[in-house]
Amino acid sequence: MSVKQVQQLDRVIIRFAGDSGDGMQLTGDRFTSETAALGNDLSTLPNFPAEIRAPQGTLPGVSSFQLHFADHDVLTPGDGPDVLVAMNPAALKANLRDLRRGGTIIADSDQFSKRSLAKVGYSANPLEDGSLESWHVHSLPLTSVTVEALADFGLTRKEKERAKNMFALGLLSWLYSRPLEGTRAFLKSKFAKKPEVLEANLTALTAGYHYGETSEDFTVHFEVAPAPMAPGRYRNITGNVATAYGLVTAAHRSGLPLVLGSYPITPASDILHTLSNLKRYGVTTLQAEDEIAGAGIALGAAFAGALGVTSTSGPGLALKAEMIGLAVSVELPMVIIDVQRGGPSTGLPTKTEQADLLQAMYGRNGEAPVAIIAPSTPTDCFTMAMEAVRIATTYRTPVILLSDGYLANGSEPWRIPDVADLPAIDVQFATEPNAVAADGTPDFQPYLRDPQTLARPWAIPGTPGLEHRLGGIEKADGTGDISYDPDNHDKMTRLRADKIAGIEVPDLEVDDPSGSAELLVLGWGSTFGPISAAARQLRQSGLQVATTHLKYLNPMPANTGAVLRRYRRVLVPEMNMGQLSLLLRGTYLVDVHSYTAVRGQPFASAELVDVIGAQLGDLDAVAGLDDLDTSNGTPTSSNGVARDHAVASS
Amino acid sequence: MSIDLGMPSLGTHGVPRLPQDAPAQTKKDFTSDQEVRWCPGCGDYAILAAVQGFLPTLGLKRENIVFISGIGCSSRFPYYLDTYGMHSIHGRAPAIATGLATSRDDLSVWVVTGDGDALSIGGNHLIHALRRNVNLKILLFNNRIYGLTKGQYSPTSQPGIITKSSPAGSVDGVFNPVSLALGAGATFVARTMDSDRKHLTATLEAAARHRGASFVEIYQNCPIFNDGAFQVLKDRDQAQARILHVNDKEQVRAGENHALVWGANGELQVVGTTGLDESRIIVHDAQADNPATAFAIAQLDGPDMAHVPMGIFRSVSKPTYDDQVRSQVAGAVAANGGPADDDDIAALLAGRDTWTVS
Repeated sequence: MSVKQVQQLDRVIIRFAGDSGDGMQLTGDRFTSETAALGNDLSTLPNFPAEIRAPQGTLPGVSSFQLHFADHDVLTPGDGPDVLVAMNPAALKANLRDLRRGGTIIADSDQFSKRSLAKVGYSANPLEDGSLESWHVHSLPLTSVTVEALADFGLTRKEKERAKNMFALGLLSWLYSRPLEGTRAFLKSKFAKKPEVLEANLTALTAGYHYGETSEDFTVHFEVAPAPMAPGRYRNITGNVATAYGLVTAAHRSGLPLVLGSYPITPASDILHTLSNLKRYGVTTLQAEDEIAGAGIALGAAFAGALGVTSTSGPGLALKAEMIGLAVSVELPMVIIDVQRGGPSTGLPTKTEQADLLQAMYGRNGEAPVAIIAPSTPTDCFTMAMEAVRIATTYRTPVILLSDGYLANGSEPWRIPDVADLPAIDVQFATEPNAVAADGTPDFQPYLRDPQTLARPWAIPGTPGLEHRLGGIEKADGTGDISYDPDNHDKMTRLRADKIAGIEVPDLEVDDPSGSAELLVLGWGSTFGPISAAARQLRQSGLQVATTHLKYLNPMPANTGAVLRRYRRVLVPEMNMGQLSLLLRGTYLVDVHSYTAVRGQPFASAELVDVIGAQLGDLDAVAGLDDLDTSNGTPTSSNGVARDHAVASS
Repeated sequence: MSIDLGMPSLGTHGVPRLPQDAPAQTKKDFTSDQEVRWCPGCGDYAILAAVQGFLPTLGLKRENIVFISGIGCSSRFPYYLDTYGMHSIHGRAPAIATGLATSRDDLSVWVVTGDGDALSIGGNHLIHALRRNVNLKILLFNNRIYGLTKGQYSPTSQPGIITKSSPAGSVDGVFNPVSLALGAGATFVARTMDSDRKHLTATLEAAARHRGASFVEIYQNCPIFNDGAFQVLKDRDQAQARILHVNDKEQVRAGENHALVWGANGELQVVGTTGLDESRIIVHDAQADNPATAFAIAQLDGPDMAHVPMGIFRSVSKPTYDDQVRSQVAGAVAANGGPADDDDIAALLAGRDTWTVS
């Protein structure tokens, strides 16, 4: 066995693509885990169809998993892959356009039959007709070598073929020098009750690894050194699991039992699944009859003194609107997780979008302000879920946490926090009367507010002497009695607004290394990675750009207006039609420039390099025309910016 | 994962009681300081008085009783009771009450709703609360009309009814609430009437005693928009023949002279008792596992109200949703040696696949 050449790389983007039934998500997950164990920084992007099993071998049935790993800090799952593993012609066709020229294709030649090719519109076999000459193609009979490796097993051919994803994983693990121990342990636990299937998978995995070592197809293999990371214990985590763990940890830190009312919906269901498994932590999950009931259960639990949570995606948030309005009126804490997806209506259920911001902000009848926050990365979902609980319990208000499909399913390494270091959440229930009635006896006024937070007391059933009735009819300030008094309604409306506006949130932090940038790029939610990656690239080419990220959407940080005005121009990229831009313009009278895209995929950093570069070019041009410069920037269309002025990007 | 906590069989089990030596509660203790604002002559007054009179007899701590309502005239009910309460949104009270009852085992949770609230906009939540058997006491005030929105037909309005929204007569089919509840698998189903204080109180007592979802339909007169809808049942002479008394282990009879038997065609029939073989009279079995006979009795109710069954149609003991949910959580906690501490949370956050950077 010859020792093959080893080449050092600083980063690699691999995309595993196959049929929905080919196990690509599992393969990607395992490769990610091996990569994490090796100490690379990484970011992942699963991408799968809305259909459970679309017709085999078709373009709609292609499922893929992209992983970006490096010896340095990784901000995104990468734009296009360097390596594409294509388990069939559909996977090749669906993903080829993203593969960078000069990249590598590893394809299962066994699956490129005439029939399979015809199914996706190939008239000739691309592995053979020279059409892939811009790429390095490894055309390997993955299926048949897997079956051959399993010749001694008493399994059907079909069962043997199903292990080909493990063969591919073994091969890629060799190619990028990943350890197999973790995957072996994983398989042993997964197939503990099916020893033959376990052995077949282990054999296929090892066979794939050896195939790389021995096959003359591969002359080089690669290493990516560990990334420098802050000392600590790490794990890989997806946004949905981080959200669930943030809620559980916040419940633990606050001493409140967690009660989740939820109705299954993509891409939020994993929060329900994860929490359903955590009964041991005192977590109660109720799968409701519908979205409205999910919210109702959360509100009922909150009235009972629990941490009431409901999780959903856009269509579910629409259904919950009236219940959230009731929570605004009765001023009880409640956490609503909205894992946003493409809309309107059913839209793109498995794809990502940020188009529920205005729904979260305004999607209720009447003046019904709620707190809105948004995590910026998968691991930030943990922190922001805890923040949602802090705000909800401190201010007795519904809080909407706007996650999205990209954060929910994407993963990255997470430095596991020390539980004792996490913020304590101090919750005090009312236990005593807080007023004196006209006749001099102690009285409880459910709407007498804390002067600091404007929160009303949280008096839970079972507390003697504090019996009271809540409800959606306007309440008299203080006593909470029904009131139709015009001035009282005006006052209560303003009090509710003031309470939300007064929520303490940290200031915006601006990243402006040169300190002299004229352009600020402001993002929110999951655009953090691509914006930061684009800014890093531009700065490396000597351009100056400042970035900042809004994690608190309502209220916005106190310094937001000042930050916006500090820059000659503000660019706001969003995966919607300009919802945050509308809020910023309306609130701060700063005419921000909006860049929008709603393709169901996160921004590519190269795309933002172009967009930001064009803005920088435009600013330079405008700088020559003094008299056109205004303090609020130059009005432009909100539909994005011209791409043809892009500066060169690497 | 669940452990046997010894599932309680009494509806109010776990709800703290007043000390033996405490002064007895009175109706006044359950009367809030809010001015009652139903229309003069509304049946709701009688129901409120009955409930305020009945609650003290439970001997429960007042602060552990919660009334949740939706929207409609009946849903103002919680404001007038000096307990904890929430006047929520249209149709959703059962969902909120489910969250409340599942979160706490020490509360007696009541839902007050109407025919529009429970059967129209909130139909979904009602059937699911019933099929799950959540330990809730659901009181449905049925006046067969929308009152608060001023007189449109409801899911229990008689076919052909002329209202503002049905000037040519309603063509909607009608829900029989008792049949609906039985069909949804409710474990306790009863019907009573606003004007019969004694029967109403006895029914509330039975509902409170039942562990699980108790569904009580209360015929209630709306003097403004559907006055006299149940008049034939209130007129002493007419009621004698019309009201079929349905009680567990008792013969189903209407007044002195009529009773319920299985007819030759295999269907239920109300027949005169003169010369009747007494053994033919149906003895109701509310505890029967199969609700088929209860359903058949409920179906005797027709637009002409010739025979209106009243009483307890079904009362069977089944595990409740909230008890089982709590049992699963308590079981998981106990199996792991008690409530999670910081170390347990740390272990959860770490998961199985970690690596260390030094």
